[in-house]
Amino acid sequence: MPTQAAIKQSPLHKYHEEYNAQMVEYAGWEMPIKYATSIKEEHIQTRTSGSLFDVSHMGRLSFKGKDASRLLEHVCSRKIGSMQEGQCRYSLICNAAGGVLDDVIVNRMGESEFLVVVNAANREKIVAHMESVIADRGFDVRMEDRTLKTAMIAMQGPKVMELIGKISSEIPQLKRYRFLVKNMMIMKIMVARTGYTGEDGVEVILPASAIGMAMKMMMKELNSEQDQEDIKPCGLGARDTLRLEAGMPLYGHELGEDICALSCGVDFVIALDKSVENQGETFIGQEALIAIRDNGGPEVKLVGLEIDSKRTARQGMPIMVDGQAVGTISSGCASPTLNTSIAMGFVPQANTELGTKVQIDAGRTQLDATVVEMPFYKRSK
Amino acid sequence: MSTPTDRVYSESHEWLKVDGEIITIGLTTFAVDQLTDVTFVEMQPDGTMVDPGDSVGEVESVKTTSDIYSPVGGEIIEVNDALGENPEMVNSDPYGDGWLVKIRIEDQGTLGNCMDAEAYDATL
Repeated sequence: MPTQAAIKQSPLHKYHEEYNAQMVEYAGWEMPIKYATSIKEEHIQTRTSGSLFDVSHMGRLSFKGKDASRLLEHVCSRKIGSMQEGQCRYSLICNAAGGVLDDVIVNRMGESEFLVVVNAANREKIVAHMESVIADRGFDVRMEDRTLKTAMIAMQGPKVMELIGKISSEIPQLKRYRFLVKNMMIMKIMVARTGYTGEDGVEVILPASAIGMAMKMMMKELNSEQDQEDIKPCGLGARDTLRLEAGMPLYGHELGEDICALSCGVDFVIALDKSVENQGETFIGQEALIAIRDNGGPEVKLVGLEIDSKRTARQGMPIMVDGQAVGTISSGCASPTLNTSIAMGFVPQANTELGTKVQIDAGRTQLDATVVEMPFYKRSK
Repeated sequence: MSTPTDRVYSESHEWLKVDGEIITIGLTTFAVDQLTDVTFVEMQPDGTMVDPGDSVGEVESVKTTSDIYSPVGGEIIEVNDALGENPEMVNSDPYGDGWLVKIRIEDQGTLGNCMDAEAYDATL
């Protein structure tokens, strides 16, 4: 029996202590769930100004070599070969049955170099999966797991890009889903205009050894002299309520190995038209997903639900129609922005129409809910 | 915040403040920190009779839904209605305005299983 791995600490651990974070274990890492007095406060800070999240627990895998593009074309549901240098693409990684192994961001660093950001809980699984595909296909690719050598932070919120303009003229010019690599002093910093909150902002990868200095500099330079309130630290608790409002799926909730990729509301990242002629590769799971599509689609689909109560729907609660359990809740929370209880869940295609009334079996009580459009929250441009 | 010494504590992190035969129940700072933001509170209505160890209601937070247990038996005589609109008071003032429920107890003896503040702090 392997002994349980020690809980990992982020390179920002000292920073969390300084800001009095409440720490929790998450996917084998000790991470901050919140710093402020409440998760709601951090959520609102992100929606109205700016927040800084430590996301160093996420996996960062580098792929270099002649076949790097081909490997990712074969592993990712999204088209990879057509990506330009400096571009990021959100994609799924599927198993042969069309279930989801992970959702990732693929960054094209060069013609034959990529950086793939994976979920913390799936890092080891994806490393093993990639190794096995590389070996099976005899691909010429070197994979390097850079997770522990680097730190990753996200800055998100309506004021973030303007504030970053104080230290860089280039970064605010970035388009969404583009990144740049900057050499600052002796360190290499990657800045991508991506995020997981529904707000504008950036995600930054830099050497773990430089994070202390970089954090001090950023919090000082970005926040105004008088108050230090423009960008504040934000924990994983608010990250979850923010992504839920933004209708973004979370692995282990909306995505999983037993959940058909076509069920999860991210059809736009599933390129069922990949062909050996055009892309050089089809992707693992494509054949199974084409068969599912051609046979009437997946049994269930992800929907957004607005609940007629202040109660929270929890993962696993049955969704009922006419007294029959037809589906299951995948995530739910009290939405701080909308001031209602919102949830996501899987229901049969027949029950996905907007306005459909359902009940959620919350044990002692049943909650009335309505199928609504996602995202629940959309930022103003 | 230090643990108030004017009341007793249960193993499941409720506090109980005794005023004659009336006992007020709430959650400790440790409990609310674990729960994170409280989003909804529903206690059993006035007049409900409970036995020691029974659930007196539910507290929902961002993280989880928890039953609240009464270490004492008796009749629920008042619930904190203000929490309906402002459940976050459980977080901001757990030992004061964030109280949950008042019970008229039948038997003071069942309080014997509760701890004083010092003994409770030692369990954390």
